[in-house]
Amino acid sequence: MASTSKKWVLGIVVLAFVVPLLKPIFPDAISDYRLFLVSTMIIASIAVLGLNLLTGFNGQFSLGHGAFYAVGAYTAAVLMDQLNVPYWATIPAAAIVCFIVGYLFGLPALKLEGHYLALATFALALAVPQILKYKWLEGLTGGVQGIVLMKPEVPFGLPLTEDQWLYYFCLVVMVILFWAAANMLNSRSGRAMMAIRDQYMAADTMGIDTALYKTVTFGISAAYTGIAGALSASAIAFVAPDSFNIFLSIKFLIGLVVGGIGSLTGSVIGGIFYVLVDNSAQALSQFVKNDLGLPFDLSAYTVFGVLLIAIIYLMPMGIAGGLFMAWRKIRGAR
Amino acid sequence: MEQFLQQIASGLANGAIYACVALALVMIYVSTDHINFAQGEMAMFSTYLSWQLMTWGLSFWAAFILAVALSFVMGVVIERLILRPLHSAPVLSIIVVFIGLLAIFNSVAGAIWSYLIKEYPSPFPKSSFGIAGVIGPHQLGVVLVTLIVLGLLFVFFRYTPLGLAMRAAAQNPQMARLVGVRVDWMLALGWGLASSIGAVAGIMVAHIVYLDPNMMAGILLYAFASALVGGISNPAGAVAGGFIVGVLENMVAYAGNQIEKATGIYIIGNGEKLTVALIIVIFVLTVRPAGLFGRVVVKRV
Repeated sequence: MASTSKKWVLGIVVLAFVVPLLKPIFPDAISDYRLFLVSTMIIASIAVLGLNLLTGFNGQFSLGHGAFYAVGAYTAAVLMDQLNVPYWATIPAAAIVCFIVGYLFGLPALKLEGHYLALATFALALAVPQILKYKWLEGLTGGVQGIVLMKPEVPFGLPLTEDQWLYYFCLVVMVILFWAAANMLNSRSGRAMMAIRDQYMAADTMGIDTALYKTVTFGISAAYTGIAGALSASAIAFVAPDSFNIFLSIKFLIGLVVGGIGSLTGSVIGGIFYVLVDNSAQALSQFVKNDLGLPFDLSAYTVFGVLLIAIIYLMPMGIAGGLFMAWRKIRGAR
Repeated sequence: MEQFLQQIASGLANGAIYACVALALVMIYVSTDHINFAQGEMAMFSTYLSWQLMTWGLSFWAAFILAVALSFVMGVVIERLILRPLHSAPVLSIIVVFIGLLAIFNSVAGAIWSYLIKEYPSPFPKSSFGIAGVIGPHQLGVVLVTLIVLGLLFVFFRYTPLGLAMRAAAQNPQMARLVGVRVDWMLALGWGLASSIGAVAGIMVAHIVYLDPNMMAGILLYAFASALVGGISNPAGAVAGGFIVGVLENMVAYAGNQIEKATGIYIIGNGEKLTVALIIVIFVLTVRPAGLFGRVVVKRV
């Protein structure tokens, strides 16, 4: 079982590397815009994976992961803008900064559980845009205007377009991060993380340093989401405080719930899903307005909200988990 | 000195709003142990309802009463339809459902009434109302209305059989069921009441912050802070917490202003209001989770 799923993953990764190279053959099917869209999906999956490490594998809730995404994005943007650091070097920098921020936030979070942790992180998510506009930071962050950046350039004179290169860059980062996460979860530390989620008291009695594991997991989770933020800063080439509002954190939550809580594959599905819905909601809104003639400005969040509730009712393990269960049922029936 | 009094007065007026929303949160928390993240958006929706009723030609107070009544129904329906089946669901599921509700209310309000900011009228006469130089007519009116609402609630819970039944259902559901209280309907009524109180807060604050789908985000955060300061399990504490936090918020901004005037160094001002609330929330949660007036919960393991 394990080896077949490994083969699948390997196959998909190879496919993901090869397909964009076929662009000269199918210029319409593999457009720059589509590659960019897939890049944003990759970034989304990394962010959702970050949240999943914390909530899915360690059992700590966060409604405020947009905050760490913002810290990552701003770290990258400030480094590129002020110090002319190349975009690829901002990724580890954002990871370190976000790890520290996440670790520090994890300290008070130790004393909170369940609803209260959700409340504290919810408050964090609401306050983020304001913190980014703080007057003392204006010199660095550009205040309300934000920072305009340059898109990553194709290095070594490779015959790729900017979007193709960005896609490969994101893909490599994603593969490394997912590989690292899978290894970590398979190790002693990963088992400790999950033991804390499942049986906190028992884990504590068995000699697991619960406080250390919880805070470090918070840090790692923040680092993952922060890396996604740094990638997004490079990809969109722009950061502004008001794009890091509470709804960003809600998107991560949607990715988590749709993909499946506590599932690595689910994080990818969740990330792809929320970018897709976000993008198609505009088309849907246009359709409702122009073709049906209804005076509604339908937004993606109606869909997100209904889905959040529906999934909790119908597929508590997320779409990935739900399909897997359905598949097993069909096989079992045979 | 006059400026100082003004700041306190407007802090009390804001505090009245926070007290209302905090009370709504506490009502749901006490009976179900859930923190309703959608409370602010529900209040915003109710405020839009009242606005819609007014544009259809109703007077302010008629629209007010009708919107509060509709909000009551909305709260009851949400509890019966959406939360009832999740009675014994894990905490994460409940939180996710609340966030889903938040997203739905916010986007549906935006879809129906657009995201453009609207002006919202004040029902209070401009002349000869309020105390010149200290508190404006609308602010005084807000404080009065919230005090009336709180008084009515107090009378309801203290002196009516239904109020008693609701308190019993919240405090000891099993025992209440044994003596014939329909506990699940009491929970639904609690939701309805919470939704109505939120509606009052939304309608009162809309004149100050203007009407838009995101108007309640900051207020909800302050209401969380208020509920926590007062003790999230204590309704009277939440009201006190609301006034305390309202005044504190204005005092912090005022002190920041004075410091900037005296030394020229900007530390804190109106732009950091949400950050102040965040600090209050985290501080109270970590240092004294029971708040000032709350019960310390002892968990048995």
